[in-house]
Amino acid sequence: MTTARANGLKRSYDINGWLFIAPSVALIAIYLVYPIFRSLYLSFYSGKGMMMKFAGFGNIVRLWNDPVFISALTNTVVFFVVQVPIMITLALMLASVLNNDRLKFIGLFRTAIFLPCVTSLVAYSVLFKSMFAADGVVNAALLAVGLIAAPIGWLTEPFWAKVLVILSITWRWTGYNMIFYLAAMQNIDRSVYEAARIDGVPAWARFTRLTVPMLKPVILFTTITSTIGTLQLFDEVYNLTEGKGGPSDATLTLSLYIYNLTFRYMPSFGYAATISYVIVLMVALLSFLQFYAARDRS
Amino acid sequence: MNVSRFVGDAIQYLFIGIAAFLSVFPFAWMVISSTNTSIDILGGKATFGHAFAANVGNFFAQVDAPLVFWNSIKVSLMATAMTIVISSLAGYGFEMFKSRMRDRVYSLVLLTLMVPFAALMIPLFMMMAKSGLIDTHIAIVLPGIASAFIIFYFRQSTKAFPVELRDAAKVDGLKEWQIFLYIYMPVMRSTYAAAIIIVFMASWNNYLWPLIVLQSNETKTITLVVSSLASAYTPDFGVVMIGTILATLPTLFIFFVMQRQFVQGMLGSVK
Repeated sequence: MTTARANGLKRSYDINGWLFIAPSVALIAIYLVYPIFRSLYLSFYSGKGMMMKFAGFGNIVRLWNDPVFISALTNTVVFFVVQVPIMITLALMLASVLNNDRLKFIGLFRTAIFLPCVTSLVAYSVLFKSMFAADGVVNAALLAVGLIAAPIGWLTEPFWAKVLVILSITWRWTGYNMIFYLAAMQNIDRSVYEAARIDGVPAWARFTRLTVPMLKPVILFTTITSTIGTLQLFDEVYNLTEGKGGPSDATLTLSLYIYNLTFRYMPSFGYAATISYVIVLMVALLSFLQFYAARDRS
Repeated sequence: MNVSRFVGDAIQYLFIGIAAFLSVFPFAWMVISSTNTSIDILGGKATFGHAFAANVGNFFAQVDAPLVFWNSIKVSLMATAMTIVISSLAGYGFEMFKSRMRDRVYSLVLLTLMVPFAALMIPLFMMMAKSGLIDTHIAIVLPGIASAFIIFYFRQSTKAFPVELRDAAKVDGLKEWQIFLYIYMPVMRSTYAAAIIIVFMASWNNYLWPLIVLQSNETKTITLVVSSLASAYTPDFGVVMIGTILATLPTLFIFFVMQRQFVQGMLGSVK
């Protein structure tokens, strides 16, 4: 083969390579890369609507003096700090039970527990809103079995509204995470468990000493993705609280606050963009942690 | 079977039994409540009633249901077709034509997976407003067509694509786009099936971006309609239930018909 021909082949390889990825790269540049930098740029401007002027770090100063921002930030952090561990633990326990071959009708149980994650976030939020009404079916059931003495104000009391949001997300995403663990468990060599069982290691210890350590990579992955998801929580709180994040901002999340600042009130694009960068920073930090932990492992 | 084993199994059954019941209950609630009046629903009535016909009638009176349903289908099909074609081309391109430069570009593409939508929506909204695309369906679809997640999924799956097939096709004189169209796509059909389901479901359920972009009743999708019905000053939950059923049925149907591909697509991200 002559050099010219080899060069020609190499060039056609290169041209084809770029042609296949060109449409995606162009679209990502326009609809992802440009907007993320534009947000950064906007965060240095302030003003209402299209009338904006340079504000330097004014928006960042405004953040620390904005009680609504502080409660949106606190709520968002509370949601993932409380909800993610509960959900991950539940999902792990469910997966390890469903991984038990001895039990019957496993397929049926698995499908049932997985079912919530096909519903739209809006549809299930609306369903939950009706179920958790003051005289609704959940309060009625809790009263009937004697767990509570008076109806709980799920949608009217700040504390219980937070609990409701956490319950809702847990309902929607536990089965989803469980499927990841089940898939990972099926790759674990059965003989490890058999050996542990014969050595008299009790079931609970097999779970905490064998299953959990072996699933560490998947647990890490699902923890980070769930946390990033919760940081962006919007659909649920919007639809449970008519877009207000109430009662008294108890369920207001950062995303909902950004939405309200931009599209509900007189738009403050610059300030909203600054808040969106708070989410960007938190997500970046978490992703960095994941990357760091993953590298540490190998 | 010894006693402790029996007790252990019983506890496990109880655990997954409760979990399964709690998981399925809201679906049952949705179906039961569609037959009840709003007052009964908010009063916690968990038995079938006689208001189904009235609820359906009210729903169709308040909502142009065929139009709304069609809007959702149109947006989802457009999004699915474009995303799958563009993103699978890129996944194939990144894996089949490796070069140092393109691998750098790929790392940047993966980096965009971390970008929260909240940080994009304001500039995206301003862009769409400037180009006069507010209240159009194409504006919903455009930002998602090049999906880093789907590109990643296709690149990972392409690693299992037999290179010999490509070499043989090249010897036969096929051009690169012909190889992609006639060899790659048919061979990778299960990957395509899984990706189609994931993208279709995601865009069917999409909410925040359509909420921002779609403003008139003529363009709204089913999720937006359900949301606005439920956030009315005094929502008629009987009507809302009909809406949630319509919003949930297509995804439920796809899930039951193609559960294997659905799970495969979902797990594709960690393999």
